[in-house]
Amino acid sequence: MNDYRAVLMVAIISAVTMLLRIIPFLVFEKRETPVFVTYLGMVLPYAIMGMLVVYCLKGITFLASPYGIPELIAVSLVVLVHIWKRNTLLSILVGTLSYMIMVQFIF
Amino acid sequence: MSNKERIRKAFKLTIPVLTGYICLGIGFGIILEAKGYGVLWAFCMGLFIYAGSMQYVAVDLISGGASLIATALTTLMVNARHLFYGISMIEKYKGTGKKKPYLMMSLTDETYSLIVSDNTNDKRLYFLISLFNHCYWVIGCTVGSLIGSVLNFNTNGVEFVLTALFVTVFVEQWLNCKNHLPAVIGVVSTVLCLVVFGAEYFLIPSMILITIVLTVLKKYTVSEVNSDE
Repeated sequence: MNDYRAVLMVAIISAVTMLLRIIPFLVFEKRETPVFVTYLGMVLPYAIMGMLVVYCLKGITFLASPYGIPELIAVSLVVLVHIWKRNTLLSILVGTLSYMIMVQFIF
Repeated sequence: MSNKERIRKAFKLTIPVLTGYICLGIGFGIILEAKGYGVLWAFCMGLFIYAGSMQYVAVDLISGGASLIATALTTLMVNARHLFYGISMIEKYKGTGKKKPYLMMSLTDETYSLIVSDNTNDKRLYFLISLFNHCYWVIGCTVGSLIGSVLNFNTNGVEFVLTALFVTVFVEQWLNCKNHLPAVIGVVSTVLCLVVFGAEYFLIPSMILITIVLTVLKKYTVSEVNSDE
């Protein structure tokens, strides 16, 4: 990939992100927020996080070695550690380190 | 409140974000460096994109040679939640004058969570919180890139930091609300679209399906969401 194209991609990502952050102020500043939008604002964050988890795990192949085992173990560890300690940083560290160890030395 | 006191207060409030952003920023810098994009890239992406999860996804997009349209659409999907942060900040950011453009553009998940729970209505404090968080993030990204270029260790698997981040937020949200239907709808719809459309094209259909299902099942999702937060 050439650098020119990468710069263009970064510019697009930046522009879309900034637009998403500014649009609500421009659109709803002078009028009542529609009920539908308020509703989506309330439930969408939960659904999107589920979507992003699946997005991250999209590359797993269950039919060939290592059958997604490192991912399953690491994700389970993150869930358990997080329920246990409720410490975001700790959960991320445990998950990432265990995954790195598994894919580098075991699988 | 004097400026000195305000700076001290903003720093104190942002300490949890400081640790989080530095660590996640370092992770990002290391991954980006491993894909062949050096410190200037890490610095600029941290400064201009300033969206944690999206930057990790961006590494994938850039190194994988995604199309420009796919790049724009993916950004739209991953960052769509920011629309809703904005909606809930309209009142708070009224009368912020010249600081308003920066306040709007620097509204990340973490900045949002700090400012939305603050009741002082001190606009200068909001500005400082936003600015400090932004600085932590850019520093983290830059330092990560430098670490990645100096230490030549095996980074294989470090990309799991993004999965771990999302799983953590997912669990945290799950524990904080009574109605789990929106979260379940998100997972099930996406898995369905992944199976039907394949790993390359499933994000956009997922987003559409999620919106439709959430709308249809409004009766069941709206009941007790957030009721004990």
